[in-house]
Amino acid sequence: MDEGATATAAQDEPPLLDVRDLHVEFRTRDGVARAVNGVSYAVRPRQTLAVLGESGSGKSVTAQAVMGILDSPPGFVTRGEILFRGEDLLTMGAEERRRVRGARMAMIFQDALSALNPVLTVGEQLGEMFRVHRGMSRKDARARAVELMDRVRIPAARDRVGQYPHQFSGGMRQRVMIAMALALEPELIIADEPTTALDVTVQAQVMELLAELQREYGMGLILITHDLGVVADVADHIAVMYAGRIVETAPVHEIYKRPAHPYTKGLLESIPRLDQKGRELYAIKGLPPNLLNIPTGCAFHPRCPLARDVCATDEPELYRISARRGSACHFWRECLGEHQR
Amino acid sequence: MSTSGEPVLQVRGLYKHFPLTQGILFKRQVGAVKAVDGVDLDLYRGETLGVVGESGCGKSTVARLLVHLERATKGQILYKGEDITKLSGRALKAVRRNIQMVFQDPYTSLNPRMTVGDIVGEPYEIHPDVAPKGDRRRRVRELLDVVGLNPEHLNRYPHQFSGGQRQRIGIARGLALRPEVIVADEPVSALDVSVQAQVVNLMERLQDEFDLSYVFIAHDLSIVRHISDRVAVMYLGRIVETGDDTQIYEHPTHPYTQALLSAVPVPDPDAREHRERIILTGDVPSPADPPSGCRFRTRCWKARERCTLEVPALAVPAVFRDVDSPAAHDSACHFAEEKTVVPPEAGGE
Repeated sequence: MDEGATATAAQDEPPLLDVRDLHVEFRTRDGVARAVNGVSYAVRPRQTLAVLGESGSGKSVTAQAVMGILDSPPGFVTRGEILFRGEDLLTMGAEERRRVRGARMAMIFQDALSALNPVLTVGEQLGEMFRVHRGMSRKDARARAVELMDRVRIPAARDRVGQYPHQFSGGMRQRVMIAMALALEPELIIADEPTTALDVTVQAQVMELLAELQREYGMGLILITHDLGVVADVADHIAVMYAGRIVETAPVHEIYKRPAHPYTKGLLESIPRLDQKGRELYAIKGLPPNLLNIPTGCAFHPRCPLARDVCATDEPELYRISARRGSACHFWRECLGEHQR
Repeated sequence: MSTSGEPVLQVRGLYKHFPLTQGILFKRQVGAVKAVDGVDLDLYRGETLGVVGESGCGKSTVARLLVHLERATKGQILYKGEDITKLSGRALKAVRRNIQMVFQDPYTSLNPRMTVGDIVGEPYEIHPDVAPKGDRRRRVRELLDVVGLNPEHLNRYPHQFSGGQRQRIGIARGLALRPEVIVADEPVSALDVSVQAQVVNLMERLQDEFDLSYVFIAHDLSIVRHISDRVAVMYLGRIVETGDDTQIYEHPTHPYTQALLSAVPVPDPDAREHRERIILTGDVPSPADPPSGCRFRTRCWKARERCTLEVPALAVPAVFRDVDSPAAHDSACHFAEEKTVVPPEAGGE
């Protein structure tokens, strides 16, 4: 695949993370589910890459492969490279990789209640990061935990450090998750639907906090989400995934104005808008594909309004549209041209 | 969509308090979670009433009270003038036929051991007078067809369907008795974005076809705006503001509504630079111990002493009483004022 098509910001800085042609499959009793089929993306320091997709698009599996927390078996990385600062994580030894994970790249999970250990206090869990990676004493680690909780603006951190996760509200738990991810000041943070489980007013608080901390620490951020609103709010660059592939990649301002893939376009058009009140919403027909049996050719063709015969037989590559844009649609020109708002 | 005429449902002073108890053998009540604490609502024939609010505001409890899955602590729910909270036995059963519910989670609200045909046909077991035994299968097929499912899939089980299809099954079950009112509690929030639009469209089509009135409960403000004729905003067991969709979305006067609207991420990256965001501090207080006076005051940037002392009534605020403006609608705030929070271009126009 053309590397230039997936390269993101026009910065001189080398990418922090460079995923190349990643393939992941799950070997299940019912057959092989091809969850990720040749994904390439890059993130640079201070940049926010949004990976947008529905359930089953492979967005979270890609992230799990990057973090090295893929359930294996049944999940296997079958091809590709994951370069972190130029070093391939996939060929690293387990011990070496463990030193990267948590310390240099960290992950924020969607459901803080199940990601946190219910029988350990918040302070112990935060402190563990310092004790394991930095070899600090219990007392020092606890002091650092309080500092961190202050940092993510958990009120009365000193009193709450000894509390258990269930004693925190949803928004506060997500702050604890963020604190834990930030603990060792990683260079890259992967946030997998960090605000999906939260209410809108709390979601706004958490996203604001994350953006602020990112500016301060200069981290790269991969934001995995299905929410087009959240993406528009914070992302620099977007990669849209469908059936384990990136179908479109573009800077955020361009993609919302002129999507170059019918799937992106369909998603954008299905958002209720003022001028559509009382009219039918645009709906993408059909259902997301079964990963055990991905359609031939372009995986989106059974649901695509632009589909022709060639789409059922030839898998489109990620065509390079401009220096920073790519679309995996045979008819991306048509898609760009006819879209007008 | 005409909203004129008699309301189908009228809710007056509705309360639901869940007792908090202590002790094992001799339980004594030590307090109550005030899930719904004085709610008034009207639902007119053929209209959609959207109810929005964050988790814990009591919107789902209102839904469950409306279909009588919970018994109200106090207050009235009038269905065509008859108070259903007082009904029991046969009379209640007759009313329930006309008020059906669609649940949020299509994964847990369908019995995995029953076939789709049995699930959709089960209402006929409870109300055998609606469809004679020999006719049920045909009716179920018809219903599946109406909601866009293959009628031949009658003998399949829920796990063989996707989330969107399951929600269609839930809707078909809700329609089986030809009700007048459907209470839908977050019917699309568990679905993928590309499938949500399909289900919303289906619900709108069915509304026209069967002359249904909807109570549509959701936290997604843009979907509520799309589908609703009128909107009620809830906070901590009470309605804080209500009006038609333009009044609420373009001329909100309650600070909570304003904060809620401003917090919604807008799918337009150009809007993010010049958009005012009201970021509320703190969390929603516990409904077991709500603040005195106005319940929103602990998070409100306008709160003054009066807000601690006096509970604001849900009425047209005095400042707007004689004004012919969309801002003149019910809002429970002592210091209500208009504020545009949704940038005009965010609506697409």
